[in-house]
Amino acid sequence: MAKHHVSTIINGEPVEFLCEPQQTLLDVLRDELNLTGSKEGCSSGDCGACTVIVDGRIACSCLMLGAEAEGRKITTVEGIAQGDHLHPVQQKFLEHAALQCGFCTPGFIVAAKALLDENLNPTEEETRYWLAGNLCRCTGYDKIIRAVLDAAAVMRQEAAR
Amino acid sequence: MSFLDKESLKVVGTRPIRPDGVDKVTGRANFGADMKMPGMLWGKIKRSPHAHARILSINTDKAMALPGVKAVTTRADFPDIPPNKRTIGAMPHNLWDLSRNCMAKGKALYEGHAVAAVAATSPAIAEQALDLIEVEYEVLPHVMDVEAAMADDAPLLHDDIFTAGVEPKPAKASNVSKMVRFAKGDVEAGFAEADVVIERRYTTKPVHQAYIEPHACVVSVGQDGQTTIWSSSQGQFMVRAYTSRIAGAEDNASIRAIPAEIGGGFGGKTIIYLEPVAYVLSKKSGRPVKIVMNREEVFRATGPTSGAVVEVKLGAKRDGRITAAKAVLKYQAGAFPGSPVQQGCICGLAVYDLPNAEAIGYDVLCNRPKVAAYRAPGAPIGSFGVESCMDELARELKIDPLRLREMNGAKDGTKATHGPTWVNIGYQQTLEAAKAHAHLKTRLGPNQGRGIASGYWHNAGGESSAACHVNEDGTVTITEGHPDIGGSRASMAMMVAEVLGVPFESVRPVVGDTTAIGFSASTGGSRVTFAGGMAVTQSAQRIVEELKKRAAVTWDISPDAVEWRDGKAFPAGANAGSFEPLPLAELAAKAARTGGPISAEVQINAQGQGPGFTTHICDVEVDKETGHVKILRYTAIQDVGRAIHPSYVEGQMQGGVAQGVGWALSEEYIYDKDGRLENPGFLDYRCPVASDMPMIDTVLIEVPNPRHPFGARGVGEVPIVPPMAAVANAIADATGIRLRDLPMSPPRLLAALDNAEPIRAAAE
Amino acid sequence: MPSLSFSAPTSVDEAVKILAGAPGLAKVLAGGTDLLVQLRSGRMKPEVIVDTKRIPGMIGIREEADQFVIGASTPGAVVFEHKALTQAWPGIVEGLDLIGSEQIQGRASLAGNLCNASPAADSVPALIAARATCVIAGPSGKREAPVESIVTGPGRTSLAKGEFIVEFHLPKPKPHQCDAYLRFIPRTEMDIAVVGCAVNVTLDNSGVCTDARVVLGAVAPTQIICEESAKALIGHRLDEPTLAALDAAAGRACNPITDKRGTIEYRIKVAGVLARRAAKIAFERAGAR
Repeated sequence: MAKHHVSTIINGEPVEFLCEPQQTLLDVLRDELNLTGSKEGCSSGDCGACTVIVDGRIACSCLMLGAEAEGRKITTVEGIAQGDHLHPVQQKFLEHAALQCGFCTPGFIVAAKALLDENLNPTEEETRYWLAGNLCRCTGYDKIIRAVLDAAAVMRQEAAR
Repeated sequence: MSFLDKESLKVVGTRPIRPDGVDKVTGRANFGADMKMPGMLWGKIKRSPHAHARILSINTDKAMALPGVKAVTTRADFPDIPPNKRTIGAMPHNLWDLSRNCMAKGKALYEGHAVAAVAATSPAIAEQALDLIEVEYEVLPHVMDVEAAMADDAPLLHDDIFTAGVEPKPAKASNVSKMVRFAKGDVEAGFAEADVVIERRYTTKPVHQAYIEPHACVVSVGQDGQTTIWSSSQGQFMVRAYTSRIAGAEDNASIRAIPAEIGGGFGGKTIIYLEPVAYVLSKKSGRPVKIVMNREEVFRATGPTSGAVVEVKLGAKRDGRITAAKAVLKYQAGAFPGSPVQQGCICGLAVYDLPNAEAIGYDVLCNRPKVAAYRAPGAPIGSFGVESCMDELARELKIDPLRLREMNGAKDGTKATHGPTWVNIGYQQTLEAAKAHAHLKTRLGPNQGRGIASGYWHNAGGESSAACHVNEDGTVTITEGHPDIGGSRASMAMMVAEVLGVPFESVRPVVGDTTAIGFSASTGGSRVTFAGGMAVTQSAQRIVEELKKRAAVTWDISPDAVEWRDGKAFPAGANAGSFEPLPLAELAAKAARTGGPISAEVQINAQGQGPGFTTHICDVEVDKETGHVKILRYTAIQDVGRAIHPSYVEGQMQGGVAQGVGWALSEEYIYDKDGRLENPGFLDYRCPVASDMPMIDTVLIEVPNPRHPFGARGVGEVPIVPPMAAVANAIADATGIRLRDLPMSPPRLLAALDNAEPIRAAAE
Repeated sequence: MPSLSFSAPTSVDEAVKILAGAPGLAKVLAGGTDLLVQLRSGRMKPEVIVDTKRIPGMIGIREEADQFVIGASTPGAVVFEHKALTQAWPGIVEGLDLIGSEQIQGRASLAGNLCNASPAADSVPALIAARATCVIAGPSGKREAPVESIVTGPGRTSLAKGEFIVEFHLPKPKPHQCDAYLRFIPRTEMDIAVVGCAVNVTLDNSGVCTDARVVLGAVAPTQIICEESAKALIGHRLDEPTLAALDAAAGRACNPITDKRGTIEYRIKVAGVLARRAAKIAFERAGAR
């Protein structure tokens, strides 16, 4: 089976890869590009552990073919921090103990960052519904929601300066 | 030094950022499926499509011939395990059962049971090779439900299992692998003297631990047998021992089992499914083999917990004193014996001071995956019955449910039905805190209701090892052997920092592999902060003794004349001499000249674990036209002994509550008439999502367990015990409808609402 | 070796050619939120996948004088952000917006939801209730068909080999016309609809209904247009007797099954409840216009 040659931008860097037609973007990220931060939890788009940002919108990378990434701009969890500067969402997750096993965390970080890119003042309900596509089995979501709301507050302050 | 005095603690009880946290929020942390090894092959497992079938033949020729396939395995590669080798140390599992669970022998006992496996150069080729393996089955009648499996004419899973615990020993093989009984006093007399007796029947469906990370491992077996196992598990020593025994290696010293970061376990990863298969494939192919389950496999072929029938009978005087309690529990074990029915018998009643009590449990085989431990195994099911029935009794007696529990609840000095007499327990304190909590004062609106439920879990002690090393620069490494499933390594470092009197940031915890640390029993049973904490604390205390010796050498005085305080050695009093205090970093720098490396290793079999008690309050709102239940408010009040890192204790409580809510309302295994699982995915196996839950309020009560240096008790499991009854009791309060079958899904609630006469709610 | 070929043509004609000429099963890929799940689980084994997202016009919304034209591969999130469309047909948009999570929303398309042909599809009832049509490209050229003609059974459509939907045409609402869509799911998100109901009503100046369409989803092999329910509304205000008649008519129109998501009795009961609730919202919205 002939492989597809794909050119894309991942975390701000131009990247080229070869993939088989049936490989998902998640397969490519993890197995071809060694970006193992995005996780496979269900392969059916129900858990969000594989969440990435594609051309500005969050998507489940398990529901995209690698070949579809041609010409797209993709952000994975590895691209959220800037050098050794954590994004406020990452920092607040740590402060609020919003992770226990940490497996769902990359998906939540990416999804939460995308929420705050769009809306710096979400309500608790809006935050819960935005993150409904990310399953967590360890935390009961309480500290995750608190962390995101606190990150939003920090980012609002920064924006006000 | 005593660390039981909370006021004097500087590190324990604070909330530092966990040392593995940055890796986890940036995606750098390595979980089971994140490992790659050069030359690695991809393994996949062929599974039975039938719930019960004899395996007549397996032909792997075509699979072997497919280009890219490097190894194929079936039962033929796995040795039988003789009776004297079926348990290992204090580890609880039967290795012969586990071996046949990892690779079916003679019969497929559930849909999804592994029958063969391949290793190939790509996942796609491995997948294709599976289709080329030809398996001939003779389909047999199957049995799924507990009472059907107990019937005399039920299809038999094993012809060599005779019900244990029954006298005389039965002559006929059975699906009931054992019966257990706990009793105190005389229940018949107790019921006779009761003014009110209620008898009810409750049922639950199997639910899965549903960790987000599927099982995954990479195993590399060298030609000389030296082996590396990288896997996500709750115990690398268990992985080593079980893989070695099941794959026939019998060579633990040559196996290095490395614990990957683990993406959730909740008990489901205290056993193995993949490692022995990967071991055999690696040995046969001469290359590392990676096997990762997909979500469907996790649901079809790894242990959920039991579905069950729980019959509860309670007798009480008009004033609320319980005179007798009886529970009969029938739990699904799945394909091999080992449901947690014993814990179910014990834990439901352990909350109460009962003059007369009896609990009888049956462990019942059926054509479902072998059940695995799930967070306080057995207890949530038994408590669903007992705590619902207590609520029904409260209504019958017109006594407030909290008051009923106060009157009958366990206290110090109570002798539990299963034997122990309680000392230093905090159950009554959870009731007091519930009474005082603002939650109870919150007004309820139309179609809203409130439910209370309590719970107990014994927690565990056991074997743990720790190694503490003072590094040349004054930093400290603490190596322990417990995979960190909830933030425990932070707590380990905190306890060591507290003992040494140094900042938390200078102590780095390491979860060591099987070659790097002494034997440690698995992470589970809520034992790590207790037993692991005991071990690390003792190792740090030995370091302190050694540091005092080094100061003594430096000052040329007796070690008895040295004190250790705030991370420094001091002369003990003016008579010892006027020396400047020696901080740890200075002693570390001089270590080579004062005696050599400063390290301490400790191995313990921890005793004296303290039980955990809890009381939960839940408010719901019911949509009476659709049966939809919304959780409005939830408060969990728990005796935690001493919260080493309060954020992670709160997290355990909140996580357990969310799992319990899912168990109560929406999670269940759904099988078709052929015994095939209809919902092996997160779409139709419905775990709570973020919008399903409110914030979960936690109240941490600290009645220290004096047997632990810091007073810690296990905390992780008891939070999942009460939620199902708390929700059921709240629904009853909101609607007058008592649901006794889980899950309390909208169709069930709506049918009950439409059909029933509402029962008048009890006065306050 | 399973043979699968993937292509991303840049014109309708090219896409038609590939689809029509495929030796075995050929599937269109828009958002992929159904197709990739089926691919991964082995339920679907296509030989050809045609990604339509790079064809000009397949993604995007155009407002014309008397209709909206929606590119068939437009993701739900893009539809949701279109203020005029959301204002005109909130029921259609909320149906689409209910599908899955935010992650799904960024990809899932109207055409995908329709052609996947699940009886429980969330965006379809309101589309039908609004009398939307779709434009289909194929080997014989383009044709237009009402949305309700597409789904013929669970997983089956009336599209011939080589055909695929290129756009949806949505008429603009008349004065005092509006819609609503409600669904019942056991959780608050992420579930497939157990019952779905779309109500589209036109009122006169005094609030009396002059036209109505009531469409139920997830209670039959295809979406059902409930003629009796519409009749219960037309000529009436939304008072108690009308609601009761609507409820009963909706229940009678159902032909549901018992499956892992709901029982027959439950679906019939809830169909009536949702019809009432959706009608209330639609009447309110139509009256406020």
